[in-house]
Amino acid sequence: MGGWAIAVHGGAGVDPNLPQDRQEEAKQLLTRCLNLGISALRSSLPAIDVVELIVRELESDPLFNSGRGSALTENGTVEMEASIMDGPDRRCGAVSGITTVKNPISLARLVMEKSPHSYLAFSGAQEFAKQQGVEMADNNYFITEDNVGMLKLAKEANSIMFDYRIPICGSEPCSAVVESPIQMNGLPISVYAPETVGCVVVDSQGRCAAATSTGGLMNKMTGRIGDSPLIGAGTYACDLCGVSCTGEGEAIIRGTLARDVAALMEYKGLNLQEAVDYVIKKRLDHGKAGLIAVSSNGEVAYGFNSVGMFRGFATEDGSMEVGIWE
Amino acid sequence: MGWAIALHGGAGDIPRSLPLERREPRKAALRHCLQIGVDALNSHRSPLDVVELVVRELENNPHFNAGVGSVLTSNGTVEMEACIMDGNTKRCGAVSGLSTVKNAISLARLVMEKTPHIYLGFDGAEAFAREQGIETVDSSHFITPENIERLKQAKEANRVQIDYTQPIKKVGDKIPVPDGDSQIGTVGCVAVDGLGNLATATSTGGLVNKMVGRIGDTPIIGAGTYANNLCAVSATGRGEAIIRGTVARDVAALMEYKGLSLNDAATYVVEGAPSGTTGLIAVSAKGEVTMPFNTTGMFRACASEDGYTEVGIWPGELRE
Repeated sequence: MGGWAIAVHGGAGVDPNLPQDRQEEAKQLLTRCLNLGISALRSSLPAIDVVELIVRELESDPLFNSGRGSALTENGTVEMEASIMDGPDRRCGAVSGITTVKNPISLARLVMEKSPHSYLAFSGAQEFAKQQGVEMADNNYFITEDNVGMLKLAKEANSIMFDYRIPICGSEPCSAVVESPIQMNGLPISVYAPETVGCVVVDSQGRCAAATSTGGLMNKMTGRIGDSPLIGAGTYACDLCGVSCTGEGEAIIRGTLARDVAALMEYKGLNLQEAVDYVIKKRLDHGKAGLIAVSSNGEVAYGFNSVGMFRGFATEDGSMEVGIWE
Repeated sequence: MGWAIALHGGAGDIPRSLPLERREPRKAALRHCLQIGVDALNSHRSPLDVVELVVRELENNPHFNAGVGSVLTSNGTVEMEACIMDGNTKRCGAVSGLSTVKNAISLARLVMEKTPHIYLGFDGAEAFAREQGIETVDSSHFITPENIERLKQAKEANRVQIDYTQPIKKVGDKIPVPDGDSQIGTVGCVAVDGLGNLATATSTGGLVNKMVGRIGDTPIIGAGTYANNLCAVSATGRGEAIIRGTVARDVAALMEYKGLSLNDAATYVVEGAPSGTTGLIAVSAKGEVTMPFNTTGMFRACASEDGYTEVGIWPGELRE
């Protein structure tokens, strides 16, 4: 065992009716990110740098729900959050309520390295960003037409949610709801929008790191914080492993998912895959979520109980895989 | 097996030389809040109601770093945060960045019960508070002269209480502040009833001279606050250390995954944390209580249905 390994995700909970071309686009992005990570690892970039690099790439691409392409709040604005954790001494950094920082994951890293704190949010975080001179953009930069449309549907869905089981044939706004009775976070899967991106890496020195970034839940209340910036919930890394989660934020928080993968390895002696399987099976109750994980031994694992999860992984011995479905 | 309750008013570098006039009002407050909790448990209020009730009382007391008496940000403002969790259902609610809500813990409970979310912060949380009609006051209500003084001293010493694992910052030499209790952080309460229902609640003003927007361990489920069907935990100390140590979750995880007793799990976690950073209170479904800390002291109190009571500040104090 040993050697480097990398895994990325672009959200758990995928519309089974997602058009083929969108599926292809997603797989290409994941592949591109993996290749970027693989070169970085081959040049001996440390795990903490690799996870940041990859998540920046995912944030900059409008496809997934982070940075550009973030889901919108009920007010039609973007409020992004992210967290990063470095396994060896469990240093961590997190941000929430970010509105004009191009790459929230990099701001989270700066919180970890350039502030006396672990977590900064809203105007305080934005102020810190200005002081640090990070790249900013107008809030509109992050908003895509796709998501404006999704927000509208989400609002409609919320107002007719209780009716969705009643067949309303031929009714335009409802057709999406009727066709896809799968729901996540109270929204039909077709408007849910995959939540969150993340990356976990173990480098050739056995150091693990994890990073997660998101725009959050479509149509969320302004000020709503999900699992992604919460250490132990959406993100965790220690000397044993690195974990990044995605899915129903509230379920991930209650299940302290990311920490539990590590705790099972540490306290119950499970190996990485066993810990991942246990957490997905037993820690989610009725919630739907997924996660990716790496161990200091160079193993990689993922698991999800949702319908689909955009993910990919690669290991030093040459295996590489990108997928969406089971 | 009967009910049990524990509460804390912060762990930190509380010197034994703390003068009587700073010590007694706090001990009296701990006794008073403990009694409120005990009476509520004896009247069969749910643990969730009890922890909220007790923390509201602690928030209203100016001697602790929560609600009235909250420490100040670098801008001289208050930004309060709180979190509540129900053991059996693992439902939870958290808030951060509050400046006008009289009882942050009650807003956290409303987030849990009245929204599809778990955590609301800053403007969004304040707006929600107004929608809910919860009591709000001018933020000057929370600011005490002691805290204005603490902020002044912290700025003069140009320090913020930091987690020394942050490599960049100068590892703060702890310049003793005259009243010696500048590291008070957080209030909390955990309770279990005779049926094994568990709940926890934590509330705080955060760190003296913290950056505006800084969030600590208190509202982070698994860090400062956690409850499941085995135990309920509330932590206090240096937020940044408690976050990376996932303290509250770890106590429960050790019980669950390693089969440790409440006491052993809590001790293990506290002893494993960097010295001077961590304290916690915890109760188990079986009615056990524990209050370990690795700081100089921790304002704390506990009681159980069998008549046991304890109120203390430093280690090894005799039961009252």
